[in-house]
Amino acid sequence: MPEYQNIFTKVQIRGPLHAGVPLPHGASNREGPPIFVYLLGQLGNAQLGPIYLGSLGVASLICGFIAFEIIGLNMWASVGWNPILFLRDLPWLALEPPSPAYGLHIPPLAQGGWWLMAGFFLTTSMLLWFLRIHRRSTQLGLGTHTAWAWASAVWLYLCLGFFRPILMGAWGEAPPFGIFPHLDWTVAFSLRCGNLYYNPFHMLSIVFLYGSTLLFAMHGGTILAVSRYGGDKEVELTVDRGTAAERGALIWRWTMGWNATFESIHRWAWWFAVLCPLTGGIGILLTGTVVDDWFLWAVKHGVAPSYAHIYGAIPDPATQGGK
Amino acid sequence: MAMLSFEKKYRVPGGTLLGGELFDFWFGPFYVGFFGVTTIFFTVLGTALILWGAALGPTWNIWQISIAPPPLANGLKFAPLAAGGLWQLITICAIGAFGSWALRLAEISRKLGMGLHVPFAYSVAIFAYVTLEVIRPVLMGSWGVAFPYGIMSHLDWVSNTGYNYLNFEYNPAHMIAVTLFFTTTFALSLHGSLVLAAINPSDGGPVKTADHEDTFFRDFIGYSIGTLGIHRLGLFLALGAGFFSAMCILISGPFWTAGWPSWWSWWLNMPIWSVH
Repeated sequence: MPEYQNIFTKVQIRGPLHAGVPLPHGASNREGPPIFVYLLGQLGNAQLGPIYLGSLGVASLICGFIAFEIIGLNMWASVGWNPILFLRDLPWLALEPPSPAYGLHIPPLAQGGWWLMAGFFLTTSMLLWFLRIHRRSTQLGLGTHTAWAWASAVWLYLCLGFFRPILMGAWGEAPPFGIFPHLDWTVAFSLRCGNLYYNPFHMLSIVFLYGSTLLFAMHGGTILAVSRYGGDKEVELTVDRGTAAERGALIWRWTMGWNATFESIHRWAWWFAVLCPLTGGIGILLTGTVVDDWFLWAVKHGVAPSYAHIYGAIPDPATQGGK
Repeated sequence: MAMLSFEKKYRVPGGTLLGGELFDFWFGPFYVGFFGVTTIFFTVLGTALILWGAALGPTWNIWQISIAPPPLANGLKFAPLAAGGLWQLITICAIGAFGSWALRLAEISRKLGMGLHVPFAYSVAIFAYVTLEVIRPVLMGSWGVAFPYGIMSHLDWVSNTGYNYLNFEYNPAHMIAVTLFFTTTFALSLHGSLVLAAINPSDGGPVKTADHEDTFFRDFIGYSIGTLGIHRLGLFLALGAGFFSAMCILISGPFWTAGWPSWWSWWLNMPIWSVH
């Protein structure tokens, strides 16, 4: 392609470092002198830092660190504190929740108590992080959209690890901490409930996941394609429409007969991204509580075809009431 | 005429790749162009073939309609219409329609004096589709391994194909693709939030600009990628998700036939572990 498509920054201009807009009285100041990083400047801004820590941020990081340490040390203990085995088996190692026999009681530390404690600190860390985002947004006079988007992700995490186990009556229903183990849990969970693909809220969540990716490809592509007209100045173009916004609108109007605006595309973006974990969490909460088997649910409602019983009538063990 | 107040001055001739001025016109809000005509042709034909396939099938239930590829034993030959031939023709129509759509996007981009990022991005999605429906079946020697056209049946195909490799989540390219899908959605929420937060301030004051956006993100995580950079990052993440999705299914079958969990034995068998 002979034309310059603005994929990377060809010439980096070093202006003065920006310390940040003034803060209201009483707000925590920023830490660390900002620096320029050449590689960052190839893709976006070259300036790295400063950062705001604040009491909520420090508390959140400490809680997150405690959770990380509990998980890591339990994994290390599970291989007899052997450092080589720890590194070798790390992707397979897990901190498992208590066995279902403990119900919602607090088990001994080695029987899932550590799992409960790691979950507590990770949850606290994420909720403090929410407060931190909310506080700083307000201090800067910005809307609190980022905090609420974060809350949607926390919702999915709590549905999996907290709300659904409580509805089911056992911490053992929750996923473990661990790289491969949480994938194993996901597959086993899907198989146990008759294939999660038949869960309509799982369908919605996937639609919003793929939809978000589609939207970012469309939006990112559009803005880069009008960047020669200054199209990345989205806020300015929202309040005072320029040729970049007009061209960015017309490419879609001419393609599909309709277009978003420079503000509304970000509302589409926000809702698609937020609805992905929001609907996913609903799908998790319904599984095992309201619906035992999503395939049978789909057959009942005409979504999936029912197959002939070629092996005769086989009783579903889940409906027998036995242990 | 469905025209925006500012639209008239942009409706100029030129920028076409094929057909010169012959198809260089609009229909309502839609741009037509040579590739608009071919898009309509392939779409109408393909949709009609899907309806034909549905009529041959056992149900009109929208969830259960399915038009399957030829059986495995058919190999890479043309199949009778009712036994996968319709699927083959629909696939040809789909590729024709998707390719036409990409080229029409390129013509519209050229007409508006824009970069070609949007048609390129769309081409990555087409590549993923072609990988699933053409490249992998050709490498494996049968159209029967392609996915069927149906709402629930294509989900069943994904499930079954995944379990053919025991646990598809151990597929390293699948891991990268899923990570990129999640990261793209995460980045989209951050970008959408930031722009909305600047345009809709909590203090009821004037709309905030890039200085506030950069300050917020530096305060938040120590780095602000900037108004241009976020769109580069978003596009890379999204296209990476599509590309690695194509890779994860391309290597399953043609290049790896065992279960994906056992693929990781190379890690356990590395000589560095025997030093103790």
